[in-house]
Amino acid sequence: MYTFSNRLKIGSFILMAVGVLGIAIGFLSAPSSIEEAKAMVATHEEGHGSSHAEAEDHGNAAMSADAHNEEHGASHDEHVFHRLQNKPWAALYVAAFFFFMIALGVLAFYAIQRAAQAGWSPLLFRVMEGITAYLVPGGIIVFVILVLSVLHMNHLFIWMDSEVVAHDHLLQGKSGYLNPTFFLIRAAIFLGGWIFYREYSRKLSIRQDEAKDDSNFKLNFKWSAGFLVFYLVTESMMSWDWIMSVEPHWFSTLFGWYVFASMFVSGITVIAMVTVYLKSKGFLPDVNDSHIHDLAKFMFGISIFWTYLWFSQFMLIWYSNIPEEVTYYVARIADYRLPFFGMVAMNFLFPVLLLMNSDYKRINWFVILTGIVILAGHYIDVFNMIMPSTVGDQWFIGIPELGAILFFAGLFIFWVFRALTTAPLQPKRNPFIEESRHFHY
Amino acid sequence: MASKTIHAYYNDDDVLMHAVKKVKAARHHIEEVYCPFPVHGLDKAMGLAPTRIAITSFIYGCIGLTVAIVMMNFIMIKDWPQDIGGKPSFSYIENMPAFVPIMFELTVFFAAHLMVITFYLRSRLWPFKKAENPDVRTTDDHFVMEIEIHENENELRDLLIDTGAVEINIIEKDTH
Repeated sequence: MYTFSNRLKIGSFILMAVGVLGIAIGFLSAPSSIEEAKAMVATHEEGHGSSHAEAEDHGNAAMSADAHNEEHGASHDEHVFHRLQNKPWAALYVAAFFFFMIALGVLAFYAIQRAAQAGWSPLLFRVMEGITAYLVPGGIIVFVILVLSVLHMNHLFIWMDSEVVAHDHLLQGKSGYLNPTFFLIRAAIFLGGWIFYREYSRKLSIRQDEAKDDSNFKLNFKWSAGFLVFYLVTESMMSWDWIMSVEPHWFSTLFGWYVFASMFVSGITVIAMVTVYLKSKGFLPDVNDSHIHDLAKFMFGISIFWTYLWFSQFMLIWYSNIPEEVTYYVARIADYRLPFFGMVAMNFLFPVLLLMNSDYKRINWFVILTGIVILAGHYIDVFNMIMPSTVGDQWFIGIPELGAILFFAGLFIFWVFRALTTAPLQPKRNPFIEESRHFHY
Repeated sequence: MASKTIHAYYNDDDVLMHAVKKVKAARHHIEEVYCPFPVHGLDKAMGLAPTRIAITSFIYGCIGLTVAIVMMNFIMIKDWPQDIGGKPSFSYIENMPAFVPIMFELTVFFAAHLMVITFYLRSRLWPFKKAENPDVRTTDDHFVMEIEIHENENELRDLLIDTGAVEINIIEKDTH
């Protein structure tokens, strides 16, 4: 049995406390009126004027507030006001979704391992089950944020504003799908299905430990295969709902896959990191370097898969350059140049060069190091998907963003490691456990 | 120099593995082992150095990437920068997404083909090469361990019979 070390527990509480503070500061410093927003943009320019030298090329970012004031007048001010108001919400949403998607990616990996009857991974099932325990609190938090959006507490989803829809022909055309009630029903179905599979599979997995036959294992296999079908459909729709719809004028067909690749690689990375941590504390005596090697191979391969999808989506839109689609990337390259291209370096170049060597995949601290880069890269990936559509050129990775990351990191660590204490860390009667124990690459 | 070698025949890969370990433990130099199929772990048991072919492949891939970049840069940007359907041919980086498929394919092409050729060269394989197997059965269901004899024929024979060899032949052999 795993015991939650006090240092880790206190560490997670500190992260949560600091995080709550950061989130609170974010909400308190958001402007409550258009005048305040104008004042904030003005001081922001004085402070950061020189560092935004690039903006002059585009002629829209830092210079815009003053230059455009006379032209657009009130409508521009209102626009900036909404974006600044969105900032703490978007920061919260990005971090909430990022940590939730890690748990969901792990759940997909877990179901695949069960459905594929992998011989190497059963030793890691309890680690994966521990991480997927975060689905419940993480999913509820994301759902609450979505409900608050529907209740007009924020402007993350522009199509929820009936004022906007009334003047927007395109949004009217999509309102059969993008309407608040249906949106929440869908979200509830997705979360319900995922959480149900997680809890049920976990129950079967624990029951198998004490069983006399393999019926629990076989039932788990069937549910896992069924879940994967459900997951592929719902994950795709979830990515349209929760991420793509922040930019409701834009659409992309491979978006679901792209989000999937991001959550899958983050999930595998977290499995590897938690496994290495538990192993270093002596709780997983049978896990050897070959298990870590396999996880690192997955991190390597899925990182390339993510890049493949990222590039396919980018290149197809860049190449054809159809105005209705290309605005998505124009906004990102104009205002998010460093995060947008920086994440390609972090999510592709780093893992490819660091994890290509077979020996390096067996060095535990090396896997952790690469894992940190991959996780940071995929946070920026989610950041790049949400922020340009919600806060636009007003983005910054400051107190609200870091606060939200720290809070959810603390909650994630607390919940995952608490869940790990509730069952023995190595399954007992799994039919593949002996193979997994002697797994050697 | 005509030297004598001993050929020990085995008909099971597990027995062969144990035999290799025993012969190594007795500090005899194993000249060669002929197998009908890859025996997992045999190279480790024989103490063979790990292959470096993956490293060569990485280098070939880098060469392929460089070839693709230099080629596309010269053709599309330097030599005749035409406006083709509005693609920006002002600098390589501006038009890079269009070149990525070529960069990728040439990287893979160089890495794969040059590595295969390296493999053929290093293991001396080519069409019309004379086959080097000591016994046709080694391609079907027998394993042969080849050890050179240095005036220790009887001792070696006893050791090999002890390891479960099903047949032992002494070969007078010319230098190859």
